[in-house]
Amino acid sequence: MATLQLKQIVKEFGDTRVIRGIDLDIEDREFVVFVGPSGCGKSTLLRMIAGLESVSSGDILIDGQRMNDIGPAERGLAMVFQSYALYPHMTVEDNMGFSLRLAKVPKEERRVKVREAASILQLEPLLDRKPKALSGGQRQRVAIGRAIVRNPSIFLFDEPLSNLDASLRVQMRIELARLHDELDATMIYVTHDQIEAMTMADKIVVLQGGVIEQVGSPMELYHHPRNRFVAGFIGSPKMNFLDVEVVDAKADGVSVALPGGATCEVPVDGSGQAQGASLTLGIRPEHLELDEQGPLEGEIQVLERLGGQTSLYVRRDDMMMTIMADGDVRHRVHDRVRFGFAPQRAHLFDREGLALSSLHEHPLASLNRRDHKASADEKHANGKHANGE
Amino acid sequence: MTTPRYKRFLLAVLAWAIALIIFFPILWMALTGFKTEAAAIADPSFVFSPTLESYVAVHARADYLKFALNSVVVAFGSTLLALLIAIPSAYSMAFLPTPRTKGTLLWMLSTKMLPPVGVLMPIYLLFRDTGLLDTLTGLIIVYTLMNLPIVVWMLYTFFKDLPRDILEAGRMDGASTLQEVRHLLLPLTLPGIASTGLLAVILSWNESFWSLNLTSSDAAPLTAYIASFSSPEGLFWAKLSAASTMAIAPILVFGWLTQKQMVRGLTFGAVK
Repeated sequence: MATLQLKQIVKEFGDTRVIRGIDLDIEDREFVVFVGPSGCGKSTLLRMIAGLESVSSGDILIDGQRMNDIGPAERGLAMVFQSYALYPHMTVEDNMGFSLRLAKVPKEERRVKVREAASILQLEPLLDRKPKALSGGQRQRVAIGRAIVRNPSIFLFDEPLSNLDASLRVQMRIELARLHDELDATMIYVTHDQIEAMTMADKIVVLQGGVIEQVGSPMELYHHPRNRFVAGFIGSPKMNFLDVEVVDAKADGVSVALPGGATCEVPVDGSGQAQGASLTLGIRPEHLELDEQGPLEGEIQVLERLGGQTSLYVRRDDMMMTIMADGDVRHRVHDRVRFGFAPQRAHLFDREGLALSSLHEHPLASLNRRDHKASADEKHANGKHANGE
Repeated sequence: MTTPRYKRFLLAVLAWAIALIIFFPILWMALTGFKTEAAAIADPSFVFSPTLESYVAVHARADYLKFALNSVVVAFGSTLLALLIAIPSAYSMAFLPTPRTKGTLLWMLSTKMLPPVGVLMPIYLLFRDTGLLDTLTGLIIVYTLMNLPIVVWMLYTFFKDLPRDILEAGRMDGASTLQEVRHLLLPLTLPGIASTGLLAVILSWNESFWSLNLTSSDAAPLTAYIASFSSPEGLFWAKLSAASTMAIAPILVFGWLTQKQMVRGLTFGAVK
């Protein structure tokens, strides 16, 4: 049970600033995901929280207490490494019990605690094995088990799934979400995979170049990206971007001229935008629709049929756009297609890449995993009521 | 993929031939030790009536056990001391490197390129003035310093091969630096440490320049023992061979017993 606050955190390696002033509040029992391209500083930030890396300036507070000069073990954290970092010469049981052994916990008590953690992860049959006799997924679970044994207030995960194959990754993702519910602990998770971020996080922190680009719930980042970087990073396939010109800008909507001549009014706050200014229109592939009367047109270059969905890569002048369409689309490569979109689905970005703020908040924007859980619990409780009395 | 039979046969013949060529001088030395002085300088021959004459003569002239004991004390003492100094140094260089670490390592290795005779004078004078001449302590100090660059360098490469994550996991688990070294670093790099130690023992055992120059009787190791059988009355091949055989016998047996460990350590990084 712990909160974490980062205040103006800076990290310098020699002359290079890898973390450039980060402020962040993490609430008790929150599942927070740091996501960003490689080299964005997310792992460094996690290692600073863990205490494995010193802080150049700024403060790290856990439960309001300054932790900068406190060693990793005394911070009450546990970390799961990307490489698992199991101790190769110890059995699974000794691996999991190592922290207790260092803390001089009596052998019997150690055994009990290790078994407890092992049962959560179904590791009991493996306790006598050495790491090299385990599969990747089992090693991963041992690494998590080793963290659980320490009973930390905050769990730190450094890209824990990136060494697993795809199907195992999905399985472990679900397992981690289950663990978060079961352990009721604060978890901080680093990944470069935006799908992991979207599926597991209560709160996503998007990092780039050592600064936070945006913090928010998955749905908030998806529907209301603060800038072009977040818009492009969250969502798969990537958002399409088009250069457009302002026809008319008011506080209750901006009309833009699309390439090809049509105009379109996007419901965003246009105050401060001059007529004739150039903006970038962003529209997600899944929000583009094939439409005979659509304002945009292009030639299909590549067609990827996934069964339920089809990705169309359409060439428009000198740029490619991606459309996620229905699985039963009959088009072929080199067909010319027209397509359009609902204006409220579009995003507008100014020259600096900042999004013009949307006039309508998406109804799910503030939803997070805990809300799912809360409503599920309510239903559960109500159901009992109906049945019981 | 299987190698054809005749090729394997040829390879075996070649390997045996090379091994025999390398081993021949040692074999010849061992044989000469069992000859009479007259037979030793006669036309080379494998056929002779073996005699322990030389061994008896050698034994009568010098106390082999004293020299051997000195060799053991000096070789193992200097190795132990070198490891004690080198393990912390290699730890800090491998896990807490500074911009100067690489330079320091190269500099340390460069000291091995200086001919020892270049520093003989100052070291001799230092030893004379501090009363270290002809003492085991003095020889242990010289051998430790002599082997330290190689020992640090080898340990550094073994330590560097250890994934950093493992030590960091240990630190997250609450290990102090000492516990980290004891519970994680040492057990995980034991093969490397062992082979480094073995190499240091062998190098110290075989060292003759310093032992000849810095010892005379009390602290003289086996190398000095052998040397005492050449000059000044001329060379007595049979006695010299008998003495040499006795000098190398312990380290030969030691090397034989530990060769598995040696090879394993020297190829540690490659096959992990």
